[in-house]
Amino acid sequence: MGMLEIKNLSIHFGGIRALNGIDLAVRDNEILSIIGPNGSGKTTLFNCLTGIYHPDEGDIIYQGESLLGLSPDLIAIRGIARTFQNLRLFMNMNVLDNLMLGRHVHMKKNIFAAFLRLRREELRHRERVEEIIDFLDLQAYRKSRVADCPYGVQKRIEMGRALALEPKLLLLDEPISGLTSEEKEEAAYRVTEIRGRFKIAIILVEHDLKIASRLADSMAAFNYGQKIAAGTPEEVQRNPEVIRAYVGEE
Amino acid sequence: MDLTESYREELRLIRKPWTGAGIGLVVLALLVIPWLKMDYLVYMATVVFIYAIGVQGQNILIGYTGQISFGQAGFLAIGAYTFGHASALGIPLPLGLLAAGALAGIFGVIVGFPSLRLKGPYLAIATMGFGIAVYQILLNSEVISGGRMGLMVKKLPALFGLTQQVTFYYFTLLLALIFTLISYNTISSYAGRAFIAIRDNDIAAEAMGVNLARYKLLSFAMSSFYMGLQGALYSLLIGFLEPNLFTFMESVTIFVAVIIGGLASIGGSIMGAAFVILVPQVLGAMKELVPVIFGVTILIILIFEPQGIAGRWLKIRLYFRNWPFR
Ligand SMILES: Nc1ncnc2c1ncn2[C@@H]1O[C@H](COP(=O)(O)OP(=O)(O)O)[C@@H](O)[C@H]1O
Ligand SMILES: [Mg+2]
Repeated sequence: MGMLEIKNLSIHFGGIRALNGIDLAVRDNEILSIIGPNGSGKTTLFNCLTGIYHPDEGDIIYQGESLLGLSPDLIAIRGIARTFQNLRLFMNMNVLDNLMLGRHVHMKKNIFAAFLRLRREELRHRERVEEIIDFLDLQAYRKSRVADCPYGVQKRIEMGRALALEPKLLLLDEPISGLTSEEKEEAAYRVTEIRGRFKIAIILVEHDLKIASRLADSMAAFNYGQKIAAGTPEEVQRNPEVIRAYVGEE
Repeated sequence: MDLTESYREELRLIRKPWTGAGIGLVVLALLVIPWLKMDYLVYMATVVFIYAIGVQGQNILIGYTGQISFGQAGFLAIGAYTFGHASALGIPLPLGLLAAGALAGIFGVIVGFPSLRLKGPYLAIATMGFGIAVYQILLNSEVISGGRMGLMVKKLPALFGLTQQVTFYYFTLLLALIFTLISYNTISSYAGRAFIAIRDNDIAAEAMGVNLARYKLLSFAMSSFYMGLQGALYSLLIGFLEPNLFTFMESVTIFVAVIIGGLASIGGSIMGAAFVILVPQVLGAMKELVPVIFGVTILIILIFEPQGIAGRWLKIRLYFRNWPFR
């Protein structure tokens, strides 16, 4: 069954058509890779899906319900979490608190209990967060201020924060770019691990054609805000327009 | 040790025995101050306790949530006059204090609404407008301000065989301790995390499910409640209210206390309150110098110690922890 269906999605900024009639579908527990040169609209799609941008046209149906008009927090509550291409972490909090914030939507919130330091909820959620810390190998950084962590670790922290929300759909915006080649392998492996372990669907935006196609079940290619190809990774890689877009860039 | 046990340990307010001992010593010292029979010291400490409450509240708003406000004098006035009139109507003191905080808190929510759209300097101007508007209303409304006569406020009676002044000293100490505890507890709870998340990256906070409006307004409500309580206690201290106690200068003083104490530090807020209260006293006759000293101190802090007194204190502690291996 399709968990997400994007229909004829369009948005423009001034004269730029950042997305132009995009149709996409994501099935349960699938990894969909979206590739495309810089400026082709990949991040804009994520911003539309998470309620940060409001599309001019089209619809986004998630689990049978339209997401249009919902604010980002309401979309998060419905089980969509994301990472950001240029990291948006809570830099002055420690790693643990960043991940605990990922539990925000699941916490029972009672401000008077907070005044009195009643911490049963904290303990319950702390256990979930510890599982993610183990999964992402963040033990050594638990109490480190995020701003003091190396870039590769910050990328893992952001992924951990998204996982802490227990999303049903995870949006990863270039989780592999900017990493050292060793970290790249780990990160790629981790993406497949996440799908296997948490049984969730993932949309992976990736600039790197090779890694994107290796990880994907299905794939779509964007260029200038349009979907120029879609299908299995093999099909998309062989598509002449995709080859042209990529060669044109190099 | 089992994991849950160790998390519980980490969630305690005071984790290290010597931190507990240090705090215990300070509280003990504060408890015995009145026995020194130095009226002046008792009075000054009382003022610091009262200001410590409001400055903490402002730090929750400005330092933790990142919402700049210059409306402090307005909330202070609302708290003070609410309490003054409640007390004149014969409403019991605890209820009067609660009403003062609550009404200021409600106004905090109203004033907080622009924060949903405005940021930084624009929000500063909007809140400043509120503070000045309250002052103007006081100047022009004799019903609220009591006109030229001002509004008399009945002081706390002397209790337990103590003098009136010492009774009030202990009363404000108790309230300051309670609200300090609430501040610390809130900051380390889900709400505090949401505040800091909004400050550090509001887009990410919202994408992680934090309702920005709810938590910004909660922060405004809390900080204004604290400010209103400060106003009520201040009216109890001096027993008399007039509009000129609530000029824009009062907002500046409290803002300065937040910056000098250190943004996003509860302990720093207390030190910042002490600073803005004690410096004018030390200067005595040269009161005109107060704004100059505040201004220069802020410059020095912005250049050398952006984390304020609290940041300096942390560094000193770190130094001695590693001593003599440095
Ligand atoms: N907020 C915005 N304002 C103006 N232009 C934007 C905005 N967001 C995206 N764009 C434009 O939309 C196009 C697509 O950008 P983006 O989605 O970031 O590309 P990608 O992630 O594929 O590299 C670019 O031309 C970009 O400049
Ligand atoms: Mg992008």
